[in-house]
Parts: sequence; structure tokens; C-alpha cells
Amino acid sequence: MSFLSYLISGISLGSIYAIIALGYTMVYGIARMLNFAHGDIIMVGGFAIFTMVSTLGMAPMVGIVTAVAVCTLLGVTIEFVAYRPLRDASSLAVLITAIGVSYLLQNLALLIFGSNARQFTSVVTVPGLKLAGGRLSISGETIVTIIVCIVIMAALTTFINKTRIGQAMLAVSEDRGAAALMGINVNRTIAITFAIGSALAAVAGALLCSTYPSLTPYTGSMPGIKAFVAAVFGGIGSIPGALLGGIILGVVENLSKAYISSQLSDAIVFSLLIVILLVRPTGILGKKINEKV
Amino acid sequence: MKAKKNKILIQNGITYAMVIAFWAVVQILSAGGHVSSLMRGLLVPLCIYAILAVSLNLTVGILGELSLGHAGFMCVGAFTGAFITRCMESAVPSVGVRFFIALLAGSAAAGVFGILIGIPVLRLKGDYLAIVTLAFGEIIKNLINVMFIGRDSKGFHFSIKDTLSLGLEEGGEVIVKGAQGITGTPRAATFTIGIILLLLTLVIVLNLINSRTGRAIMAIRDNRIAAESIGINITKYKLMAFSISAALAGMAGVLYAHSLATLAATSANFGYNKSIMILVFVVLGGLGNIQGSVIAAIILTALPELLRGLNDYRMLIYAIVLIAMMLFNSSPKAIELREVVMDKFRHKKSAAKEA
Repeated sequence: MSFLSYLISGISLGSIYAIIALGYTMVYGIARMLNFAHGDIIMVGGFAIFTMVSTLGMAPMVGIVTAVAVCTLLGVTIEFVAYRPLRDASSLAVLITAIGVSYLLQNLALLIFGSNARQFTSVVTVPGLKLAGGRLSISGETIVTIIVCIVIMAALTTFINKTRIGQAMLAVSEDRGAAALMGINVNRTIAITFAIGSALAAVAGALLCSTYPSLTPYTGSMPGIKAFVAAVFGGIGSIPGALLGGIILGVVENLSKAYISSQLSDAIVFSLLIVILLVRPTGILGKKINEKV
Repeated sequence: MKAKKNKILIQNGITYAMVIAFWAVVQILSAGGHVSSLMRGLLVPLCIYAILAVSLNLTVGILGELSLGHAGFMCVGAFTGAFITRCMESAVPSVGVRFFIALLAGSAAAGVFGILIGIPVLRLKGDYLAIVTLAFGEIIKNLINVMFIGRDSKGFHFSIKDTLSLGLEEGGEVIVKGAQGITGTPRAATFTIGIILLLLTLVIVLNLINSRTGRAIMAIRDNRIAAESIGINITKYKLMAFSISAALAGMAGVLYAHSLATLAATSANFGYNKSIMILVFVVLGGLGNIQGSVIAAIILTALPELLRGLNDYRMLIYAIVLIAMMLFNSSPKAIELREVVMDKFRHKKSAAKEA
């Protein structure tokens, strides 16, 4: 039974990684850049909810909506100010700028909220479940996280396949130049991608802080890196890949924490990434890119 | 060809002269008592980061592969070095000799790790390589955090659990204490040693770049397929550049270990943020520009410390400066604008000459 409960909480953690990884994967697929600041947007979302709910005493739902709004706005602003001018620059220049943005967000949060960990009140009001005569208990956070993840995946897949904007995103990720020639506004499409990715980061922030209720300016960075690993793991640029990568990562991390060593769990997760990439250099569901001479 | 060679010689000479001049200025200032204790504490780190930046530039700028695991190699070097120094306490009483052996051992260990990690990793490209090197850096840090090594009359004992499970005899001592790391390393690193090691690094890297090997490495960077088709052994040269870069990072690590009383593999010391910080030095100094790496490392290490008076705002300013510099340096529009301004300037100059 304990195995089952570790497995379920692993899937829940994996769902959070998957939601964050979606943001990474979409931005990478469309703008061809590693948005290192993505993890810090999670943290901003967390603080937005904390301010609304714990400081101002609003309802949790108001907090989540505010966080989504704040993060969406933030994502679009960052894209406009820092990344758009570098659209045709080298990918390394964009990476360093993203790192700069990450430092900026962390230090702004440090200035406003201080470095002490804040106790985050869970925004989940769903009661937990007790199964198998009380031997297996599943918390409300776990249930909500898994459901939210499934809903987001389904909604996003429909959005990309059925709407014009979604099709535009696919076109831009396939070939930016050709998409522009077809009359697609590339800049607007990339901005929308950032908006969606950041909104998802806010949701992930709410879920992450509800499950692990401690909030510091650095809360987002490690989950951000892990989600990035998950995105690479599943094949960066692929939406089902992000889900698969996130879930595998969460389960492996939780099980190795429970059965091997809590200190070594990160090392195990990263080793798994290396093994996968050596066997399949573009991730589990990634497309193989043929090099032309 | 000869003119080009001379130009390279002069360029390299300037780099060496710059470092020696920096050393001389600091020596003169400190003899006159003009160096504050804050500055004095910064001198060894300046050398360490300059070495790290130069060595990472070999991987990122010359070989053209993005590595985010440089701190991992530094970590290997630091722990090997500190371990050797502590182990030989009774055998070799002289701190200087021990430090020297530690430097050799630390660089060698990091170099070997570079080869071991390089063989699988260098098959990957671009962002994938970046994330895997980051992963390796984190794995090394995590493993060292759970490592316990003790010694008694029977020899070395090893464990990944805790001090007790080492099963040491009475009188045995624990050298590596997991997350607490290694304590009691002599603080033998001085500014002069740091500068000597920096010069050594520069000699190795600059000579490598201007050799047949270096040209082969740069050919791989510019066009891997073309390089392969003219018979350059891609794996060999990639591995060579990667492991030399790792070995030099290991050397910087040994220097780092000997500038601290306690060496622990924390995220602040050897986490991916450290690797990223070094990458920032390399990119701002200019990819492939060794002199630039030294200057950027020195300025950017000193800057946040010198801004200490601004307290909480200093890292914020650092972040803003970083973004602004990247936008100014790399954005196509900013480059265009700079060209226009430069053109006008030149125009004025030539007009003034004619008049």
C-alpha cells in the first residue's frame, strides 16, 4: 500500500512538472529558445496568490485568477522587452538574457518579500480520499493536481489542433519564414505562446505551493530545471512528450526518495535523463532531425 | 601568414602583460596599504573565476559546445585536491608541496572526469548537450554530498550513509563528511599563486588555440561535416578540448578549496547557478575571446562586491545590467544603431582631416 501511495504522489508531482514543462516545450518549439526564467514565473504566481489570499484575505479562487493574470502579463512583457529584440540573435545571447531575467525576478521578489520562507495556505478545498479501509489516503491536493493536469492537456491539444491561433503556432514552429509568408503574424504568435506558457506556470505555482507549502524567491528555480529536464526527456517541442516526461520524472523522483535515498533522488533523476538521451538523442517522443549537408 | 602570426603573438603578449600588470599594481597598492580587506578577500576569487572563464571559453567559444556543468568539474577538482592535502598531512609536512601535488591531482581527476563524461555527452548537440552537462554537474554535487570517507590504521573506509557506518577504529579520522564536506584544508592559496595559475591557464589555452590542434577544433565548431570530410577526427578533438577545459576547471577548484577553511558541495558553491555565472563571464567577454573572458571575470566578480554598499539592490542592478548589456551587444537593431553612430563618427573625423 505504501508503494501505491508513493506512486500516486509521484504522479501528482509529475503532473506539476508536466504543466511547467508544457510552458518550456511550447516556447522552445515556437521561439527556439530556452526560457530559463520560466521557473521564476512559477514563483511570481505563488507570491501573487500568497499576497491575495494570506495578506489581503481574498478567496482562493480570486488569488488564482489574479496569479494567472499577473503571470500572463509578466510573460508577455518579458517577451516584448527582453526576448523580442533578440529574435535573430544567437541562441546563446537569448539564453544569457533569459538568465538575466531570472536573476531579476528572483531579486525583485527578494526585495519585496524577503528571503524568509512564507507559509503558503493551500488553495485546494477538495477533501482527501481514504481508500482500502483507510490504509491508502490521497490528499485533496493530489487529486486536484492530477485532474487539472489532464484538463489542461486536453484543452491545449484541442486548442492547438482546432483553432486558427493553434494552427499558426504549429506553422511558426515548423518554419518561421514560411509562416510569415503565409500571412501569419509571427511576433503575435510567439507572444501568445508566452502568454499561455506563463498562465500555465501560474497554475503550476498554485499547485506546487499547495502541495509543498513553503514559498521563497527561489521556490521556482529547481522545479523549473526539473520541468525543463522533463521536457527534454519526453522530447522537447512535443506536448504529449512533456506530459510523459513530467510523469516519469515525478514518479522516479518520489520512488527513489522513498526507497533509495532522499539526497540522491536528484542524481537518479538526472542520470535517467542522461541514459534516455544517449539512447534516444531527441527524447522519448522527439522528432529525429536529419542533418543536411 | 607571418604578419598574422606576429599579430597573434602581440595579442597574446598583451594578454599576459595585462595579467602581470594587474598583479604588479595590486602588489604595489597593498605594499602601500591601499588595499582594503574587502578587496584583499576578492583577489583569490578573481583568479579562480578568471581561470574558470578562460577554461569554459575553450569549450563554449572555441569548441562551440554549450556546457552548463563547469562547476561540476570545479567541484571534482576541489574535493580531490582538498582530500589529497588532508590525507598527506603526516607524510608531507610542507603545505606548499602538498598544495602543488593537490593541484596536479585535482586537475588530473577533473580531466579524467571530462573524458568520462565527454565520451557519451559530446555525441549530443546544442541545447541537449547543455541540459546533460547541467545534469552531470548536479549529479557530481549530489554524490559528493552523500560521500563519507574515513581513514584508520587499516586504510580507507568508504560509505554513502553516515559517519558511523564507516566502521572506523579508535583514533581513525573522518576526512570527507558528506554534506559537511572537508574541513581543515590549509588556506594556502595566495594571490600570487592564483596569478601564476591564471598565467599557466592562459599559456595552455592560447597555445592550444594557435596550434594545429586548435585550428582543427575551430574547424569542427564552424562546420562539423566539412571538418569531418577533410579527415579531422571529430571525437578526438572534441574530447581533447572538453577534457583540457575540465582539467583547468579542476585546477581552479583546487585553488578554491585551499582558499576556504571548510569545503562543502552546496548549491551556492557548485550548483548549476555557478556554472551559469561562469558562462555569463564567457559570453559577456566575447565567445572565443580569451582576453575578454579574463576582463569580464575580473569586472563581474568585483562588481557585485564593490556594490555591497547598495545592499539588497546590488543583485538587482547586476541583473538589469546583464540584460541591458545583452540587448545592447546582441540585438540586431542595437548593432545596426551602433554602426550608424560609428559611421557618423568616422565621417566627422575624415571631414575634419580634409579641412
